[in-house]
Formats: sequence, structure tokens, C-alpha cells
Amino acid sequence: MTKEMSLEEKFQDYLDGENKIEPKDWMPEKYRKTLVRQISQHAHSEIIGMQPEGNWITRAPSLRAKLILLAKVQDEAGHGLYLYSAAETLGIDRKEMIEQLQTGKAKYSSIFNYPTLTWADIGAVGWLVDGAAIQNQVMLTRTSYGPYSRAMVKICKEESFHQRQGYEIVMHMARGTKEQKAMAQDALNRWWWPSLMMFGPSDDDSPNSAQSMKWKIKRKSNDTLRQEFVDKTVPQAEFIGLTIPDKDLKWNEERGEYDFGKMNWDEFYSVIKGNGPCNKQRIAHHVKAHEEGAWVREAANAYAEKQRKRKQASTAA
Amino acid sequence: MKITLHSMSKDNWKIWEVFIRSKNGLNHKHVGSLHAPDAEMAIKNARDVYTRRSEGVSIWVVPSDAVTASSPDEKEPLFTPSDDKVYRHPTFYEIPDEVGHM
Repeated sequence: MTKEMSLEEKFQDYLDGENKIEPKDWMPEKYRKTLVRQISQHAHSEIIGMQPEGNWITRAPSLRAKLILLAKVQDEAGHGLYLYSAAETLGIDRKEMIEQLQTGKAKYSSIFNYPTLTWADIGAVGWLVDGAAIQNQVMLTRTSYGPYSRAMVKICKEESFHQRQGYEIVMHMARGTKEQKAMAQDALNRWWWPSLMMFGPSDDDSPNSAQSMKWKIKRKSNDTLRQEFVDKTVPQAEFIGLTIPDKDLKWNEERGEYDFGKMNWDEFYSVIKGNGPCNKQRIAHHVKAHEEGAWVREAANAYAEKQRKRKQASTAA
Repeated sequence: MKITLHSMSKDNWKIWEVFIRSKNGLNHKHVGSLHAPDAEMAIKNARDVYTRRSEGVSIWVVPSDAVTASSPDEKEPLFTPSDDKVYRHPTFYEIPDEVGHM
């Protein structure tokens, strides 16, 4: 026990010196578990996040828009894979993570349980949802676990395109016909609050936050990140003449940041528990795609095996 | 669906470590890992996963289990002996300024 204590103290010391932890280094079991939970949850969010956007690929309003959306959704798949690969360095298998997702044992970002009803939603998702994700991910580039940090660096570079293309869509609609502007405003109205809740519960109600900060997995609190996001996004909405759906929103001269209204946490927890508009649909679709793709994985295995045998026979001959 | 159980036990592809040369003249650098049934597919997957934005001109894939790594526990015996050999560094030698750059 005393030995364990001293190992943990050494570990904390090492982190306090701003050093990174790499896969084979000693780490407390709880640090490993926290990371597996967080990274796999992050990976699942990227993968499930393909669904609300993929929903609009066949209906994109122009070839340009379609090409961009395809590239973006492909990026999300890539991001999921970088993250599964980072999680695997901690000793969990991807198959196990996918089972956890499909059985509901693992969560994904609650935001993807909302539907994308119009084309303006594709803009709002890029601008607000990816915008909020970037806020969090930029912080995570400095996370203490090496493979997670490196995955975040690559992801952040790519996410920037996602947010800009989303804002461009919303901007075009906000400057379009009266109906288009109304669609853009409606999308902002529906995505604003769920986006703010992406940062998670308030610091006082976030029991794991303190330990994650101490281990430098997280570097900023949920509320700090949320405030930064609000301060950045409000002027972007004003610039294109849209209104943030919050009557309590106002600039606080003294603090040099925006005051904003209270979030509906009952809704947040209800969606996490599975009662959002699309929870069942998202998982059902993931399971269906996974099952319908089974023959491809099997065929690839069979082909690899055949090639191996052929090679073996030719070397033997 | 009958196919399901079967597939769940079979989709565990091998893990490959991926190395990419960003341009000629530079080393291949480790970028991450991925799953693939064989080397050829690993290259194809690596191209899709790690080089969507012209990140590379050449890809290496190596089965993860083929990599032998030094243990973090050996860090001291492996790397500290070189710490006290300061004479291996050019700054150890005092050369008069008049000699010029050397």
C-alpha cells in the first residue's frame, strides 16, 4: 500500500512538471479508466455524429455543398478512428468499445440525439456543435496523455474547416430570402442551448472534474469553456443578423464577458438517459450498419487468408 | 440476424502501426495505428485515415506485435549513462574566438 502511494505521488509529481504520460508508463488504474471512458466516449461521438449530417448528403442543395459535406463526414469517421486507436493504447480493444456503445454501456455526446430538420441545421451543426467541440478539443491538445493529445492536434486542424463551412452555410441563408433567414434563425434557436450543454454540467455538479484537472487530463473547467464559447459566438451571430435565443444574454462590462441565461439541465439528463428525439434511432442505425457490413469484414479476412496461403505455397515450391 | 454473432467474433482485425513520410528528404514518422486484415489493406486504410490532406508521399505499415519496445522501467540504465559524457558535445571544448567558427 505504501509503495502504491509513493508511485502515485511520483506520478503526480511527473504530471505537475508538465510531462506527458505514454502508453507503457506506469499510471494509476483510475487514470487509465478515466481516459478509456473519456476517449472512447469521444470516439463514439465522432462516429454517431456522422448520422445527423449524413442525413443531408443526398439532399445537399448544390454539388459544391455535397462535396464539402461528404468530406466533412469522412473526416468525422477519421476522427473516430484516431480516437479508437488512442484508446487502444490503454489496453482496451476496439471491438469491446463498439459493444459498449451498442449496448448503451458507453455514452456519446448527447447533442447528436437531436435531429437535423433542414439544410440550415447542417450549417448550425458545423458552426455551433463543431465550434463547441473545438473549444474543448483545443484544450485537450494539452492533455497529459500523449496519444490523446496527438490525436487532438490532428483533429483540431481538421475541425477548423468544419466550423468555417458551417458558418458559411448559415451566413448565406441569413443573407438570403426571408424564408431562408427564418430557417437559419430557427436552426440557431434549436441548436443554441444543446450546444451550450455540450460542455457538461456546471463545475459544482461535475464530480469527476476536479480529479481530471489534477491529472491534467482536462485543463479548463466546463464553465470556463462554456463562457469562452459564448463570448466568441455571440458576435458571430450578430455579424450575420441572427438573434441568440436567450433573453438574459447581455454584455457584462465589469467582467468583460457575456452574462447568459440558465440551461435546462432536466432536458440534458433526460436526453442522456435515452429520452432525446433520436437516441434509439442513432444506436439502431449503428447496429444495422455494423451488421450489414459484417460480410465485408469477413470477405476481407477470407481474402487475406487466401493471399497468405498462396504466398506460403509459392515459397514452399 | 444470424450473421451478427458470427461477425462479432471475426471483425477483430490485426492492429498496424502507421508511419508516414511527409515529403522526400524527411524520415517516416509514426502517426498512429489502425485495423486491417492484411498489409495491403492496412496501406489503403492508412491512406484514407491519415493522409486526407496531402500529409504524405510514402506510407509504412508494421504489425503492432512486430514492434519490440524498450521498457519505461529501463529508462535509467539505458539513457542516463550518456548524461555524464559531456565531452561528446561540441560545447565541451574551448576554442579561442580568433579561430573563428568551428
